[in-house]
Amino acid sequence: MGLGAYVAVSAALFALGIVAILARRNVIYILMGIEMILNAANLNFVAFNRFGSMQLDGQMFAIFTIILAAAEAAVALAIVLNVFYLFDSIKPSEADLLRE
Amino acid sequence: MKEAALQRLFYGALGVLALAGLGVGLASAGAQGLSFGLFAVMTLGGAVMCVWERSVVRSAFALMATFTGIAGFFLLLEADFLAMAQILIYVGGILALLLFAVMLTPPDLGERRLGRIAVATVLVGGATLYLGQQVARTAKWFQLGAPLDGRVERDFSSAERIGVGFLALDQYVVAFELAAVVLTVALVAAVYIARRKKSDLEPETRQETA
Repeated sequence: MGLGAYVAVSAALFALGIVAILARRNVIYILMGIEMILNAANLNFVAFNRFGSMQLDGQMFAIFTIILAAAEAAVALAIVLNVFYLFDSIKPSEADLLRE
Repeated sequence: MKEAALQRLFYGALGVLALAGLGVGLASAGAQGLSFGLFAVMTLGGAVMCVWERSVVRSAFALMATFTGIAGFFLLLEADFLAMAQILIYVGGILALLLFAVMLTPPDLGERRLGRIAVATVLVGGATLYLGQQVARTAKWFQLGAPLDGRVERDFSSAERIGVGFLALDQYVVAFELAAVVLTVALVAAVYIARRKKSDLEPETRQETA
């Protein structure tokens, strides 16, 4: 399978992540969509690394993405818990304290 | 009853699409195409299920298939260390964190709106197809350099080279240390934020005490 097949799968996964963010009114779905998008980016990095004539730079980028995704998930979980304590809801549209 | 029929229709269509994907992969590139098709079906099928399912728990478990499929792609792309890291960190860590968030918040089964999902799918899908077509027309994918297939003497294991890349002074050692600092700060901050009391958050009580 060539580079184009991997890029196509990655684009489809990216689009599904955007759909998860746009279509669902729940903070956890937004987090899941972000994880899908990061995974799509990782797949692109590794695929271009494999089919291009470089060393391991693409895999290095993917590793740093995974590290930052882990940190992001931990902080996002803490924020979700706080939003739930404060608003008794995890719908992003109800966190509107600054609007009042 | 209507929900059950809808669910059956969705999974029937998904199963047919999955079989079609496997068949296309097998017909186009033999065994390698079959494994590519399997991982593609796992990745994209899991993502579609995640967007579709009403229950957050089911969506989280569908995401497990997505992450595992991506790990399989990494194996196909000769990134064995990344494949193991993907399974350890995503399937073992991030998914567990997501499930924690699911368990600590109330379920909201009426939140899914099929119309909204359909509109978002059509819009984003159209945009992605248009963009992909433009990119495929203009970009020169296969002139990136010689593909690595020709090399016979190829060391398959990438873990050692990645470790050297992390620690060699002229490569990624600064980024490596920065990532370590970011990870420490983020995890400590996450614990601190998550353990605050409700009285710290309420703006009214803060005004009263001030």
